[in-house]
Amino acid sequence: MTPYYYLGSLALIAIGIYIVIAKRNLIKIIIGLDIMDTGVNLLLISVGYVKGGTAPIENVPGPYVDPVPQALVLTAIVIGVSVMALALSIAIGIYKNTGTMELDELLEVKK
Amino acid sequence: MIELIDMFTIVSLILIIVMIISAIIAAELKDLLSAAVALGVMSLVVSILFYMLQAPDVAITEAAIGAALSMAIVIFAVRSTKRWEK
Repeated sequence: MTPYYYLGSLALIAIGIYIVIAKRNLIKIIIGLDIMDTGVNLLLISVGYVKGGTAPIENVPGPYVDPVPQALVLTAIVIGVSVMALALSIAIGIYKNTGTMELDELLEVKK
Repeated sequence: MIELIDMFTIVSLILIIVMIISAIIAAELKDLLSAAVALGVMSLVVSILFYMLQAPDVAITEAAIGAALSMAIVIFAVRSTKRWEK
């Protein structure tokens, strides 16, 4: 129905995967995870969109958009921010113990 | 001729382009504090897109959590550690 929404959310998922693979900083990798999570949420919402539909919250006549992906995404946002907070606290603990945030130096420290 | 492309498509395309550009900026900046601000801008634009896709409850949650709480916890983490990426 709306192909440019699909392309935009797929671009966000691609940027997140690129950050997780190519970057070497722990906080930058967590930012990439959050970008990927936002892209998946936007893809799910845009799948349930009906052209000309209204929000399913009032008893007005007319076609409604699909309310099931909205409930799914409302759960997925909360799960995403809790995973991000846990990962950031683990990253702060790693920095307090080893004194670095880069993955290459962390591999050297572990030896 | 101008009515073939309606206002919904034009505003959606502009917002999607702004969203992708701010995501690329958050990926490529060496300053982690500026990357956190770019992440907040991306979440705000995605919140406006959720409102345009007729999902107002998801838009409220995304604006509160994505644009405020997520950016705040990244800034607290950057304050406890190093600011600059190597």
